[in-house]
Amino acid sequence: MSNHKYHSGKHHSGKRHSVLPGFNLALGFTLLYLSLIVLIPLSAAFIHTAQLTWPEFWNTVTAPRVVASYRLTFGASLAAATVNAWFGLLVAWVLVRYPFPGKRLVDALIDLPFALPTSVAGITLTAIYAGNGWLGQYLEPLGIRVAFTPAGVFVALTFIGLPFVVRTVQPVLEDIEKELEEAAAMLGATRWQTFRYIIFPAVLPALTTGFALAFARAIGEYGSVIFIAGNIPMVSEITPLLIITKLEQYDYAGATAIAVVMLVISFILLLIINLLQWQVRRRSTKA
Amino acid sequence: MKFNTGLTAGLLILGLVCTRHALAEQTILNVSYDPTRELYEEYNREFIRHWQEKTGEKITVRQSHGGSGKQARAVIDGIPADVVTLALAHDIDAISKQSGLIPADWQQHLPNNSSPYLSTIVLLVRKDNPKGIRDWDDLIKPGVAVITPNPKTSGGARWNYLAAWGFALKKYEGDEAKAQAFLTRLYRNVPILDSGARGSTINFIQRGIGDVLISWENEAFLALREYGQEKFEIIIPSISILAEPPVTIVDKNADKHGVRNIARAYLEHLYSKAGQEIAVRNFYRPSDPEIARKYAHQFPTVNLFTVNEVAGNWQLAQHIHFSDGGLFDKIYEYQ
Repeated sequence: MSNHKYHSGKHHSGKRHSVLPGFNLALGFTLLYLSLIVLIPLSAAFIHTAQLTWPEFWNTVTAPRVVASYRLTFGASLAAATVNAWFGLLVAWVLVRYPFPGKRLVDALIDLPFALPTSVAGITLTAIYAGNGWLGQYLEPLGIRVAFTPAGVFVALTFIGLPFVVRTVQPVLEDIEKELEEAAAMLGATRWQTFRYIIFPAVLPALTTGFALAFARAIGEYGSVIFIAGNIPMVSEITPLLIITKLEQYDYAGATAIAVVMLVISFILLLIINLLQWQVRRRSTKA
Repeated sequence: MKFNTGLTAGLLILGLVCTRHALAEQTILNVSYDPTRELYEEYNREFIRHWQEKTGEKITVRQSHGGSGKQARAVIDGIPADVVTLALAHDIDAISKQSGLIPADWQQHLPNNSSPYLSTIVLLVRKDNPKGIRDWDDLIKPGVAVITPNPKTSGGARWNYLAAWGFALKKYEGDEAKAQAFLTRLYRNVPILDSGARGSTINFIQRGIGDVLISWENEAFLALREYGQEKFEIIIPSISILAEPPVTIVDKNADKHGVRNIARAYLEHLYSKAGQEIAVRNFYRPSDPEIARKYAHQFPTVNLFTVNEVAGNWQLAQHIHFSDGGLFDKIYEYQ
């Protein structure tokens, strides 16, 4: 990650011709690869939607049930990514800064949500949080229902998003030079000031990347959520489920219309996050 | 790396061996709905034996299961199904209309509207029926949690919905507004809508959610057999719907694979005495009158009405109740 800084430094020096050979070939391959893997499949969604007239499209994507699902999907994803940003930072900090027995094991555990098939995560979480599950049996008498409510969606999305923040922040924390902190201490900074003005700005770009990844992953998540959500229209139905539901009613155009809306919103959100991140990075390299 | 090369080679050889095996034998694929897993596992063994006896050929039958609507879509999207055995005629109509793989008059090709076995919708409650559920009325009482899947995706759930609808129509003497209010109150009591019938059964039985499961009769009996009569009870409502799960050849696929005669025999054999006995063993009601009389004691007498009696036909039922903006959507959109 510290390498990244040097690269971005070079970008600022203008559009000078790169001394690195192979630009045309490499860019050509990048475009071809992106087209094959990302753009062509996604454009199919747009083409499919073209079967609908504008009013039909608008009615499909603004039906109350669909709007309710956007709210749940984006809201729960945002909440889950935010929680993961803070706790992921904490976990990364602990893993980098403190030696303790079993550290390697904990480190390996972080990646489990990556490796696990999402349906396994969904089934496991549901089994635990259901009224007769390990945790559910204690939560339910307190009036806290997690499984089969929007809270369940949030829990599942938090679970699958955890590794993103930890894995992006960890290498940056590892690379921060000790001398910086020593210098801060010698100049009279308190521990909080050192964290606030030295460490936090350094990890912030990585933290936003992790946040964006966790957020994007959560928006698209289907497998783990449908088991725990309850799937009640207007209450606990996520947008990806609505897409599947439309498909199962043979409404291909309707399904792709919602998919296109998801695509556009996600793209705009990711673009905003990337711009913010770019700004943060520029400020931190200038400083 | 060595391990990887070994593994790849191993997989390749395994793959080749499997394909060779498949090539040597004629294979048909039966795409079916959720609760027929056990039925077709048993029936396939019987049919393979029967076919070998009759022709000397050894064949393989593969099966695929899921929500009925999802399975129909998979066939439209290109799963090479040779026969489909789904939960309701509308899903096969959809395949016919959307893909042209099946002729429009498919339902006339086999006896009894192409339904070799029948079923109905019953209520499954916990032992000793703590909420005192006797009939459809009891499902709308406050504090009763009802488990049923989403009728938009599950064929079984559509039968469940229409069974309740038929009851309400009778109770309110054909007043559709009152029947709609009845269904609204019923679905307010539903805490989870699974996408398929099997998911609902698992939530009710294994996760202990809900007081009553609206279920296929065969699924309810299966639950009793698998999980024990000491835990659950079947409640037969005063009236219910006659469910006719239809079967048909996917003509164009079967012709392409050159297995039309096998596919046809596969479905026809479902109507034979042996096929009907297997249906009964898996708690489906037989369509053969003789077998039905023989096992009458196993199946409780229920006053049954048909889809056509309460909704005209499947096309209308689909359009009025389950299409986007239909009555089922209204239940949730205007709370």
